[in-house]
Amino acid sequence: MERKLLAYEEKNTWIDRLCGVTKLIFFLCWSVTSMMTYDTRVLIIMLVLSLVIFKISRTRWDQVGSVFKFILFFLIINIIAIYLFSPAEGVKIYGTETILCGSGRYALRAEQLFYEANIILKYFTVVPSIFIFIVTTNPSEFAASMNRVGISYNAGYAVAIALRYIPDIQADFRKIRNAQMARGIEMSRKGKLVDRIKSTTAIIFPLVFSSMGRIDTISTAMELRSFGKNKKRTWYMARPLKRNDYLVIAFSVLFMIIALVVTYADGSRFYNPFI
Amino acid sequence: MKDCIIEFVNFTFKYRTQIDPTLHDIDLKIYKGEKVLIVGPSGSGKSTLSNCINGLIPHIYTGELEGDVLIKGKSIQETSLFDLSCTVGTVLQDTDGQFIGLTVAEDIAFALENDCVPQDEMIKRVDEIAGIVEVGDHLKSSPGELSGGQKQRVSMAGVMVRDVDILLFDEPLANLDPATGKRAIALIDRIHRETNTTVVIIEHRLEDALFCDADRIILVEDGRIAADMTPDELMGTDVLIRAGVREPLYVSALKAAGITIRPEDEAGQIDTLHVDNYAEEVRTWFHRQPQPPVPEYGEEVLSVEHLSFSYDQSRKVLDDISLNVRRGEMMAIVGKNGAGKTTLSNLICGFLNPDSGQIRLNGSDISPLSIKERGEHIGLVMQNPNQMISKSMIYDEVALGLIVRGVPEDEIRERVNKVLRICGLYPYRNWPISALSFGQKKRVTIAAILILEPEIMILDEPTAGQDYHHYTEIMEFVKDINEKSGTTLIMITHDMHLMLEYTNRAVVIADGHLLADSTPASILTDDRVSDKAYLKRTSLYDLARACGIDDADGFTEAFISYERTHSRGH
Repeated sequence: MERKLLAYEEKNTWIDRLCGVTKLIFFLCWSVTSMMTYDTRVLIIMLVLSLVIFKISRTRWDQVGSVFKFILFFLIINIIAIYLFSPAEGVKIYGTETILCGSGRYALRAEQLFYEANIILKYFTVVPSIFIFIVTTNPSEFAASMNRVGISYNAGYAVAIALRYIPDIQADFRKIRNAQMARGIEMSRKGKLVDRIKSTTAIIFPLVFSSMGRIDTISTAMELRSFGKNKKRTWYMARPLKRNDYLVIAFSVLFMIIALVVTYADGSRFYNPFI
Repeated sequence: MKDCIIEFVNFTFKYRTQIDPTLHDIDLKIYKGEKVLIVGPSGSGKSTLSNCINGLIPHIYTGELEGDVLIKGKSIQETSLFDLSCTVGTVLQDTDGQFIGLTVAEDIAFALENDCVPQDEMIKRVDEIAGIVEVGDHLKSSPGELSGGQKQRVSMAGVMVRDVDILLFDEPLANLDPATGKRAIALIDRIHRETNTTVVIIEHRLEDALFCDADRIILVEDGRIAADMTPDELMGTDVLIRAGVREPLYVSALKAAGITIRPEDEAGQIDTLHVDNYAEEVRTWFHRQPQPPVPEYGEEVLSVEHLSFSYDQSRKVLDDISLNVRRGEMMAIVGKNGAGKTTLSNLICGFLNPDSGQIRLNGSDISPLSIKERGEHIGLVMQNPNQMISKSMIYDEVALGLIVRGVPEDEIRERVNKVLRICGLYPYRNWPISALSFGQKKRVTIAAILILEPEIMILDEPTAGQDYHHYTEIMEFVKDINEKSGTTLIMITHDMHLMLEYTNRAVVIADGHLLADSTPASILTDDRVSDKAYLKRTSLYDLARACGIDDADGFTEAFISYERTHSRGH
């Protein structure tokens, strides 16, 4: 069948056995830290840890590969754009100017290279943690975890239902596309771009209408089984926090604090090797 | 005195968006522990009746109501939907759509979660209920991994988990193949007997629903109760036919033989029928019937040779399938869900490519043809018309296939008008599609394929979910197309009536193998074949045997042929 992209797969590593909420907290702390800091030392430590965790989680390349390439594409655009629009950003930040080659506005400066290297590092520290969170967290636990960190269960359930319906809607999409292709509507790469855009409406309309029917049924089914009766609800898949969970949560918070303290110790969030 | 658990008192209901009431002056009592079947054609108001029992009316679907409905003595207007749902458990028709949880266990636990039941208690309760409906081995499975029958069991468990007093089934058979449907009815019967729950089943497939005995049948027609009697009494009347509900086939056959059925003959089920009184008359009738005409067809138009296919190397979805289709034929491809019927049609249309084997159209291999090119010879009509319609006007939808092929405008107009006339849609040509009924939409999708003048048309479950009236309307239309345009028709179905009444040949696929290729009558009287293909032996076979007719196959064909020439559709 179809390859499952970014899908949960049980691998029974200790990361798998952690609660969804633990992984959510780790992911949040990790992302916040990575977003805040430009301290190269912190970023390098995070990068190494990310790779180690990625290895431990036994995430396979084909689970995440094409999404990774997609992100890489944006990273490259981002890097080029920064250079085009602000080729001396690094000079502003680090206060020195070391021209390596060229001259004028687009001269290649060591500071700029270092600054952009930091941005690349930031991407590479966050991306593996996103992948790990998604492919090691049982979708059933998403809603329960979100509810635990204080998000209303209505919102949590909306996410769970969306996940539940992705395969069904994908199957609908394939069926509709096939039938429309048989009627002669060109969807393959052979067609002209304009035609292809036009022909997608031939799929979108039927898909939207058949999905509306689904929404109707599911909301009736939920209503008839008392969804929304109480302010709170319990969760069949909820798991109690165990020793490892507390350890990971403690580590996440502690790491965030230490990393931020180290970063801001000299009053700037940039680590400056040029002075 | 029995306790009355559901009571309609002089009840009238009008939906807010409609001009006329859907239900008129309903007086109905259902007692505790009863098993009641509510039948009626689409639009008769039977679904509205069920929505009053579970409280969707008046709590979700609002409208004007007179009189009252009492559930366990309390008015539905004064009881909240949440409280009602603890008394009435509803299993909806759509087996896929009502699955809420990501796994079986979570889906069963859903109501308990909302009731804030502690987790350890919940796990115990889910295990217990899953055992009762026999899905205990699938607790961790996701809905995509389950068969239609299993999904329905999970839905049942999901409402039974709360110890409801009333179980309400909304067309439980609609999405199931005949054998699975039979098992579902047997399971409902077992739960009814073991738990003494009141069971209300809304269904229009009466014969299948009566596989297990029911205490009463309530016939709804035009928003009123047209009959309220035991199955045995009902079979002697002609109210079903008049209301547009299909009688069990053996009952129709008895009536065709000129027999008057009396309540004491217990005709509610074929097993209880006192057939001895009638055997002689049935035999006489059978011997009087003319030999059914043997239809003649043209040359071979499509041939499938040694076709095999698998998604991955491990399991073959289709294994060495060979069959021939002759021009002008109406044939059926049957088999249970997941047997490979749809895969076969996908291979023929070119959506998938075979691992080995060949498909020939008019003698030449079609593997070099693209999907679009094949579409000009072989048209596919999907099960749900909403999955095909992409324009808002009928004319545009039908013309689409020609527009994308760059046909000149004058020619398009001419051809569209011609097809619309054939399909009986010409008067509506400038109507928006949204104003059409399901059956009319189906016509539009068929017209949109017919415009390409395909030699072969594949119809995927053309009548799924339709009542007798709409079924007849669609199938008579399809038959008419076949006769007028000579288009060869292949129907993928698990509707046994359809294959018996409208096809002359059926190909049975089971677990990827071609199991049989024969007349529908002989397939539906062959236990070995119908068991493997999840079909159900037709009751005509049992009737023939019970009457001492050895040629059950011939009897079945004789009756179908009699039906075709008499009283079609009314």
